[in-house]
Amino acid sequence: MTEAAQVPTEAAGADLLLRAHDLKRYFDVSPPFLNRVIERLPRAIVKAVDGVSFDIGRGETFSLVGESGCGKSTVARLVVGLYQPTAGGITFDGIDVAGQTAAEARQNVQSRMQMIFQDPYASLNPRWRVANIVAEPIRARGLLPSNREVKARVGELLTQVGLSPADSEKYPHEFSGGQRQRISIARALAGSPDFLVCDEPTSALDVSVQAQILNLMKELQRQYHLTYLFISHDLAVVYHVSTTVGVMYLGRLVEWAPTQTLFNQPRHPYTRMLLDAIPDLEMTGRQRIPVAGEVPSPINPPSGCPFHPRCPHADDRCRAEMPTAHATGDSHVACHAVDDGRLS
Amino acid sequence: MTTAPANQPLLEIRNLRIEFPTRRGILVAVDDISLHIDPGEILGVVGESGAGKSLTGAAVIGLLEPPGRIADGQIILEGGRIDNLPYEEMRKIRGRRIGAIFQDPLTSLNPLYSVSRQLVETIQTHLPLSERQARARALELLQEVGIPGAEERIDHYPHQFSGGMRQRVVIALALCAEPRLIIADEPTTALDVSIQAQIISLLKRLCKDHQTAVMLVTHDMGVIAEAADRVAVMYSGRIAEVGPVQDVVRRAKHPYTHGLMGSIPHIGHAVAKLTQIEGSMPRLQEIPPGCPFNPRCPEADGRCRAERPELQWIENTEVACHRFDAPEARSQAGD
Repeated sequence: MTEAAQVPTEAAGADLLLRAHDLKRYFDVSPPFLNRVIERLPRAIVKAVDGVSFDIGRGETFSLVGESGCGKSTVARLVVGLYQPTAGGITFDGIDVAGQTAAEARQNVQSRMQMIFQDPYASLNPRWRVANIVAEPIRARGLLPSNREVKARVGELLTQVGLSPADSEKYPHEFSGGQRQRISIARALAGSPDFLVCDEPTSALDVSVQAQILNLMKELQRQYHLTYLFISHDLAVVYHVSTTVGVMYLGRLVEWAPTQTLFNQPRHPYTRMLLDAIPDLEMTGRQRIPVAGEVPSPINPPSGCPFHPRCPHADDRCRAEMPTAHATGDSHVACHAVDDGRLS
Repeated sequence: MTTAPANQPLLEIRNLRIEFPTRRGILVAVDDISLHIDPGEILGVVGESGAGKSLTGAAVIGLLEPPGRIADGQIILEGGRIDNLPYEEMRKIRGRRIGAIFQDPLTSLNPLYSVSRQLVETIQTHLPLSERQARARALELLQEVGIPGAEERIDHYPHQFSGGMRQRVVIALALCAEPRLIIADEPTTALDVSIQAQIISLLKRLCKDHQTAVMLVTHDMGVIAEAADRVAVMYSGRIAEVGPVQDVVRRAKHPYTHGLMGSIPHIGHAVAKLTQIEGSMPRLQEIPPGCPFNPRCPEADGRCRAERPELQWIENTEVACHRFDAPEARSQAGD
């Protein structure tokens, strides 16, 4: 793991790069107006992200994990500005970038954030040469004056990600999945950002290629002192790359803690369940008890703690009252059972 | 159905070769592989995309998409060849003696028919049951695969089920006629980890209860370690290593398997850098002579570049690697 001091989540100050405060994003998925009137259907709102707060320190890797539909990708999109939050705020390097009046501020910091997407087949324009793909952020922001310099910079970027400058004349289809993801990384680095949002960057890749990409990302982080917001469903990958991990369930952060704490002493029952569900190569032949049930629909979430229908420790309070996050040790947990001391 | 002698494998694949004729020549996707599965055994077939693992599964069940074809070799189920059967004959075996589970449960169910109709149709195709009996059996199967409220849900349509529940329905469909063998191609890849754990333990329980053998095709070493008895590691259409799962996972012998295991991040082992295998698997038209892994192998020598290694027994596993050849043969080749 990185030896950089692990920034506790409340510690503001010089080290803080990004802060999300009570971030919410609701989507209206109501049936069309006529259906609502004729069939008397109610409005339907999906609370994709419902009150998520976290801090990311400079040079840190903050990971969000959770199952499909938990809202982790929505958080990524909110942070880079692809969605506007319904409520809550985001500050980047002390600048508010999410409010109504923040459009200008967003413009100014946008070049310092970039995103790497999951599917390297869909995120590169098949009709563009690699040179143009990688040069796009440079040209769009007018970072370099002449074409010659742009070309030199593209060559340099491609070399950094383990490709050759000669590859810039090729089209995306001439590359394998892993190489395409390298191109995406080169493009993300083109504007010299200090913050990268990586949404499942390796989940479309084979494991041996995944290892190459993860190694490359760690190397680049060390070299350029990058900060990552890393979204993944794969806990082993998250363990490998992160300094701090947040576990999401139905639009909320249920637990967040420094990586070693979270994996060594998981507190929230959901985190425990996730960790227990991973097939472990070391313990071949072990018997495990799979947790019953599935993630409920976010349109109609359960009352109280959203995890209570699947939770072995749920009681009446869990069914009625939404838990709020409290600090225990250096982790934050939103669980009544932990608060009441029913679960250590 | 013939009853197999105790020592006969349920399924035997002998020297299977699958080719794709194209305008630019013949591509060999699976090259001379031999495997067997014993009754009630779960054989994992693992490999990266393009290794030929899914094609092997498709060949067994007779669902190779043209122009892909079996160019050589035999597939023997319970003592009888099934690779050269006419279409109608094969259709009777499919579902009856070999079941199939595919990756995406949404595309393997018909969205226009209710689950009960699909189950009843499959049961009646293979077993001489009345509609009422078939429906009773369908309900029994749904309960067995753990669908809560099966009595009501049996008449629901696939879109009304979640991903994990759909995969349970697909498993119920595969079990309809009590096949002796199930081909499961990436059965948990589209599912979340917690659901994946449920499906794996369900598959294991069903295999044990019904003495069904499974060919579990996946790219996920974790799933294999959790579920399989034996595992075959495929690379570029060939078998690199095959043996009991503990031996392959813990004491990988082939350099590819070794690298593959090292490239998987482990929880609890903080490492600064993952082991990485340089490069990627060659495309089908660019498979190098000799051992297909030689350009990426840290230990490759002259012999690896010239001569294809055959599977040989090393302790409990079979490995296709020149590293384990007798020293005399190695020094001769090195000259």
